[in-house]
Amino acid sequence: MATTAIEKKAPKQKSDVVLHYLRPGKKLPHVWCSGCGIGVVMGTYIRALDKIGWDRDSVSMVSGIGCSSRMPVYMDFHSLHTTHGRALPFATGIKFNRPDMNVVVITGDGDALAIGGNHFIHACRRNINITAILINNNIYGMTGGQGSPTTPGNAFSTTTPYGNSEKHFDPCSLAAAAGATYVARGSVHAVPQLEKLIKAGLEHVGFSLIEVITNCHTYYGRLNHQGDAVSMLRRFKENSVSVAKSKNMTPEELEDKIVLGVIHEVEKTEFCNEYQKVVDSLKRK
Amino acid sequence: MARILMKGNEAIAEAAIRAGAEGYFCYPITPQSEVAEYLAKRMPEVGGVFLQGESEVAVGNMLFGAASTGKRVFTTSSSPGISLMQEAISYIAGAHLPVVFVNIMRAGPGLGGILPAQSDYFQSVKGGGHGDYRLLVLAPSTVQEAVDLMMLAFDLADKYLNPVMVIGDGLIGQMMEAVEFPDSDPKQNRVNLEERKWAATGAKGRDPVIIKSLFLDPLELEENSLLMDKKYEQMKKEEVRYELYKVSAKNELLVVSYGTVARICQTVIDELESEGVSVGLFRPITLFPFPEKEIYREAKKKNIKTVLTVEMSTGQMVEDVERAIIGAKPVKFFGRTGGIVPNPEEIQGKVLELIGSMKKRSTSSRKRK
Repeated sequence: MATTAIEKKAPKQKSDVVLHYLRPGKKLPHVWCSGCGIGVVMGTYIRALDKIGWDRDSVSMVSGIGCSSRMPVYMDFHSLHTTHGRALPFATGIKFNRPDMNVVVITGDGDALAIGGNHFIHACRRNINITAILINNNIYGMTGGQGSPTTPGNAFSTTTPYGNSEKHFDPCSLAAAAGATYVARGSVHAVPQLEKLIKAGLEHVGFSLIEVITNCHTYYGRLNHQGDAVSMLRRFKENSVSVAKSKNMTPEELEDKIVLGVIHEVEKTEFCNEYQKVVDSLKRK
Repeated sequence: MARILMKGNEAIAEAAIRAGAEGYFCYPITPQSEVAEYLAKRMPEVGGVFLQGESEVAVGNMLFGAASTGKRVFTTSSSPGISLMQEAISYIAGAHLPVVFVNIMRAGPGLGGILPAQSDYFQSVKGGGHGDYRLLVLAPSTVQEAVDLMMLAFDLADKYLNPVMVIGDGLIGQMMEAVEFPDSDPKQNRVNLEERKWAATGAKGRDPVIIKSLFLDPLELEENSLLMDKKYEQMKKEEVRYELYKVSAKNELLVVSYGTVARICQTVIDELESEGVSVGLFRPITLFPFPEKEIYREAKKKNIKTVLTVEMSTGQMVEDVERAIIGAKPVKFFGRTGGIVPNPEEIQGKVLELIGSMKKRSTSSRKRK
């Protein structure tokens, strides 16, 4: 593993951990609205990564376009800010050529599930060892609040002014069905749990998806009368149930509920390892 | 109808409704998302269809399908989104379908930025997709002209059964100006599907229609390409549009510029006129067909010493200007790009520099004599 990074001084205090991984003075301040949950995800991700103790130079962060996709720009890793919806193909290119690297994709609901939907299901199917953190705020924030594939039926957005006529995707079910081997859902109101879920996803060998429920009070909250950031977080808290509890609930009871925890976890052969086996088998001949 | 103050993107949307558009497909992208937001409200009001697709690739192909039904359909996007539609545009051209595309251009390449640019001239005029096809390309310079050209775009798409591209830089979409719409019922301009013999409207009493761009027999494919070429030749004869501003026998220099940049050039020309320097402006409105003969006609006039092309790019239309003038006069270029809109002072500086060097050259050549 390459360890030639210029290491900053190790953080003295726990609160300095996040700062240690940021690029202050270069890219900050960030573009997110005050109260946005994406910053919470960034802090949580950094703490999870710091606990694992990966060398900064072994991590590559890839993102597409959207509010959430700005995140890798603010963090001091190998960062690729790429095409809308296509972070996973870029990440596949990196991981396949450098299986020693830890490749993490930050994406959003529009980026991963609309324009990147095809890439998303194929990355899951391939079970390549990439961790994707899908920050789901149910709307396109950056372009001004248009409906996304996770905008619920009847919900309002700037392109569904009479209520959404379409149905929404459940990213976790989609990923599990497509072949992802670690699928979890967290929320920005439940940070300690989110940290555990992200850490487990990073350590998992195979394709990991962590969906993070977050608030876009600027567009989604305002258009759907869900109030400010705090009241949206309160709503998440009130509507959340654990995976264990959800197993004893009927589909009717589960409607409008947010199921938090590890949704799906299986062991399957990983793509880069399988390919290496092919290469090795040819060497012997 | 009275003049109203409207944002360019919303005016473009309303113009399409007035032109009888019944279908709009889109994907969010800055700086044109207001078109989608406006039509999300407006399309259902007039009974048309509004659909936000899962990507621009989907949108392009939804348009192919929608156009096959014979109705007037369109999309709006911005540079990276238009790039994603190129495959569908090529297929739509090959299948002789009328679709209107609007590109509110932002600076590229790649993700670039979200500020205005004119760097998609090549893509629009020379063909961003594969194969022997052309788009009829219209370039408005005001919000009112964007409205007028939108109405015209649908008529031209129908006339030629060919995709039409309206390109405006980000400023056209984002600025607010007073506009006037023709006083017409949106439904009045809708097409009569029974007259559209090429559309997939059922085969009762006629042979089935196959809408396709696949011709495995090379002779058949050549025939299709020649048929398309015939349309482009007809466009060159009938559709050339341009505007002259302060073009006279006193002009020392001719500026060629389109879109919003042409308006900045008008300011420069007015300013120079007050200082006793005479400059004319040639503003192409159709970029394909390009007003080649007309530019040549103006440029070869004795009083014109030099032609200056001004663009928000590193030089794209300038190649067509050079081609039109075929060496008759020197063609110079001035451009800003990356989302920077040139200010009148820098264009004026370039004009004066060129005129100054022309004068120096003519005095030194006189001395030699």
